[in-house]
Amino acid sequence: MRSEGLPKGLNDYQIKMMFITPTMILLVLMNIFPLLWSLYLSFHRYKASLPTRPAKFIGLRNYSRLLSDPEVWEYFQTTAYFVVLAVLIQFIIGFGLALLLNREFAYKGMITTLILLPMMLSPVVVGLFWRFIFASDNSGLVNYFLSPVLNTLNMQPIGWTTNPKMAMIAVVIVDTWMWSPFMMLISLAGLSAIPKYLYEAADVDRASTWFKFRWITLPLVSPLLLIALLFRTMDAFKMFDIVYVLTREGGPGTATETVSMNLYKLAFRNFNTGKACAMAYILLIIIVALSNIYVKYLNQVKGEA
Amino acid sequence: MRSKLWLPVVFLLVLGLCVVETQGETLRVAWAEWAPADYLQELSKDFTKETGIDVEIVQIPWPSFQNKIDLGFVGKSDSYDIVIGDSQWLGSNSVGGHYVKLTDWIGKNVDVDSIYGPAMTAFAEYPKGSKEYWALPAEVDANGYVYRKDLFEDPKEKQAFKDKYGYELNVPETYQQLRDVSEFFTRPPDLYGIATYFSKEYDGITMGFQQVMWSFGGSYGDPDTYKVKGYINNDDSLKALEYYKELIKFSPPDAPNYYWQETLDAYKAGKVAMAMNYFAFLPGAVDPAQNPDYHDKSGFFIAPKGPKGHYISIGGQGMSISSYSKRQQVAKDYMKWFIQKPVQEKWAMLGGFTPHKEVLQSDVFLNATPFNKAFAASFPYLRDFWAIPEYAELLDVCQTNWNAVVVGSKSAKEALDTIANKHEEIFEDAGYYDE
Repeated sequence: MRSEGLPKGLNDYQIKMMFITPTMILLVLMNIFPLLWSLYLSFHRYKASLPTRPAKFIGLRNYSRLLSDPEVWEYFQTTAYFVVLAVLIQFIIGFGLALLLNREFAYKGMITTLILLPMMLSPVVVGLFWRFIFASDNSGLVNYFLSPVLNTLNMQPIGWTTNPKMAMIAVVIVDTWMWSPFMMLISLAGLSAIPKYLYEAADVDRASTWFKFRWITLPLVSPLLLIALLFRTMDAFKMFDIVYVLTREGGPGTATETVSMNLYKLAFRNFNTGKACAMAYILLIIIVALSNIYVKYLNQVKGEA
Repeated sequence: MRSKLWLPVVFLLVLGLCVVETQGETLRVAWAEWAPADYLQELSKDFTKETGIDVEIVQIPWPSFQNKIDLGFVGKSDSYDIVIGDSQWLGSNSVGGHYVKLTDWIGKNVDVDSIYGPAMTAFAEYPKGSKEYWALPAEVDANGYVYRKDLFEDPKEKQAFKDKYGYELNVPETYQQLRDVSEFFTRPPDLYGIATYFSKEYDGITMGFQQVMWSFGGSYGDPDTYKVKGYINNDDSLKALEYYKELIKFSPPDAPNYYWQETLDAYKAGKVAMAMNYFAFLPGAVDPAQNPDYHDKSGFFIAPKGPKGHYISIGGQGMSISSYSKRQQVAKDYMKWFIQKPVQEKWAMLGGFTPHKEVLQSDVFLNATPFNKAFAASFPYLRDFWAIPEYAELLDVCQTNWNAVVVGSKSAKEALDTIANKHEEIFEDAGYYDE
């Protein structure tokens, strides 16, 4: 069976290595080396924009500067607030839509596709057109439609992206518009996989709708729901693009400045490469910790199911 | 099968040679995407006529301008031969080795005395006062104001203003007058007094506020010792910031996002009586196609003076040669050609803001546009932000905190103290306080 082109005398181990090696080299070059290099840089004073100045070892100073900076904690709080609010709302809307779509009706395929459209768009494009929709004077579509109500109440147009109290709500609305379909898709996949005979058996026993939902639907769909939540949480934690475009670099003030937004500014605006690497590692540790909690809970749910 | 292979191979070879050949003949100049870049493209046709060398002005959208140039430099890219960059970039790009040092070349090829001194310092010299040059001033700019003459000259408005404030309604000469006029014309939801820079993007609010801070007596710090506390957070700076914050009450609801594009749009839409902008963007206010309603009703004035001085934020850019360019000699030839008086005269006629002293003071320049006189009058008062390698970090701190003040999420005192602490931290980390 051996191919004519292969050198003679290769054993199974050598053939296996021959296939694995290119991948390993790529992995080391593209992932492992940057990971270790950035760890090295996180202990140094170094600006990538100043290659004439060599990296200078400063120990844990980058980490101590970041962790003792009240504004950095504020960015983490902002991010956490966004993650909890956005993911929770997306979960409720997404799962609700999936329950509605998990039945046969006319044009089901077309409606499902239309609902999925927002998540196929580029976040930058989404941010840009929502910027116009949320324009803080009456030229914005939302304020335009609200203007009769606002005028009646003698209120100014809502500063969706200019009022610190409203800006995060605007970001959550946009992210929810974009990513609830993802929650819906995964939930729908989970709901479709539940065997019909379980519901038929429950019907025979005259089980209530709530009973069927609580004891059949929820336990069987929860592993997939947890995976969807895990993906969304990790993704929301990295929120950058919508904030960058919609609220113009995390404004007003620091109202929507997420950790990733700040990391971008540290790394590519300020070129404070050493500090940016330290920030990236802090972020990495938090995401790994959060993911582990999810995975542990996921395993627990799987065991129960 | 083999006989057919030579065709695509030859095609690719010829294509490759063409690309190499084309690259060799074209000088690539990176600049922001705006009208002066179009003027420079037009002007450069004369250089092509004289030398046979094509010049391509590569226009990069403003929001990604700095980032694209910086990333190109970090990657040692030879995409651009000349970069026309902001004055603040000078420290970073000279210390970082990205700009070619031009001190000797300028000494031998350029009559420095013909160039307006403060422009040479702001756009070409680093460190300041060292006589070490890394650029030639290309477009000298400043903040100025455009206003609605139909409102300011309306007898009813004049009388109403005098009744309310006790003095004549004229273009504001002081910040107190600017405040009063802004308040007077604030009639929501259709008309507001002023559109100025409040945006957190890039250097928006900093360019708008810093001239007020300087004119009220505040400063960024001591440029010799780099001490900041007691300068940027002193009482003068505090009064200036509280003053600037008050202006947002006289601005349209979306004003916290305003930078040059938005202030110009607000003015053209008839939403404001006055708008601040860089003079280089003001052609948009007098162009009937862009501003059909108010192009013939627009007047211009220089930024007002404050209780402790008169300072105006400098705008514009200097022309530098990329260290990674393979056409550095051609780039030098182009810059030598560009700074000649006849070329500068044509540059000014096309709409460029010349750094050439004689051209700047000539009637031809002063009468070329309705706002050139106000621009020339601004020259003695120009001042700049820090231009050291750490400018981006310093700027980011200012942008975030000042924007937080105008939107009401921080007090002026809190913001200024934060800026003072963070700026000193940045200087300390960068080794400015090391013995």
